[in-house]
Amino acid sequence: MQVSEEVFSKVQAALIDALGVDDDEVTPQATMVGDLGAESIDFLDIVFKLEKSFGIKVATEDLFPKDILTESTYVQDGKVTATGIAELKKRMPWADLSKFETNPRVQDFGDLLTVSDLCRYVESKIA
Amino acid sequence: MRWFWIDRFIEFVRNTRATTIKNVSFGEEPIDDYLPGHPHYPHSLIIEGMAQTGGLLVSEEGGFRTKTVLAKVSKAVFHELIVPGDQIFLTAVVQDKKPSGAIIEGTVTVDGQVRAELELSFAFLDDRFGETGLFPAEDLLRTLRILKLFDVAVDQNGNRIHAPEHMLEAERQAPQGFVHSRAISQSKPA
Repeated sequence: MQVSEEVFSKVQAALIDALGVDDDEVTPQATMVGDLGAESIDFLDIVFKLEKSFGIKVATEDLFPKDILTESTYVQDGKVTATGIAELKKRMPWADLSKFETNPRVQDFGDLLTVSDLCRYVESKIA
Repeated sequence: MRWFWIDRFIEFVRNTRATTIKNVSFGEEPIDDYLPGHPHYPHSLIIEGMAQTGGLLVSEEGGFRTKTVLAKVSKAVFHELIVPGDQIFLTAVVQDKKPSGAIIEGTVTVDGQVRAELELSFAFLDDRFGETGLFPAEDLLRTLRILKLFDVAVDQNGNRIHAPEHMLEAERQAPQGFVHSRAISQSKPA
């Protein structure tokens, strides 16, 4: 799904400011943690900048559904179950979970979000 | 060395803003040791002073139980050196506060002129980092009194903020030495 140029541009600016990365590093496919080096505290900063830039409210649980990732109904042997994946898709329709689905280890969830995912999330909030 | 880089609170509004002052003295070791022959107040200590001002501001609600640590210096711009004899005003304004942490914008002035602009992020540590606070409650209470925080602290409606009961209780249970220091910190000049 294509994201608007305006949203991408503002998200890119927020990430450059919060993470100290160069604009050419913030590509749509770049992952927040693996490629851009975001650490947990950076997400507080990123969320703040997105809220300010777009006039939206971002709940941490939207981006990190901790309840799903820690509940035994949805996680077995360190992997998210089919029911858990279905729940994640329901809660995060803006996220591309296709790669994660192939080997849904909970420990890999942190590196799931891409810049495109974040843009689509923002678009869902301003729609 | 005591690691306090603020001297006194002169303004404190819960979860909103706080201002502290810091008097820079040539008698302080880091002033001359940082760059011998060119005494000035190191930028790192300006950041620390703002972290202490902002950190106490964002952790006050709930009785200073929040385990608050400086997690990120997002912005630090310094315009002019601060030298012995200067009185620094450090103002922290809360930009955002969530269960996981908070962001403050800091402005440092001397004689009404902006000397530094900061943006700091604080993380609130959860119980994985221990169930008790980072500092003994009675010790922190003594420090807060010395910093005159309760002399100026108010909530958003202008109501005075008093020392939390759990800290007063910790003080009552503390060894006698704390009773002595409490008497000193509460004594007023004639």
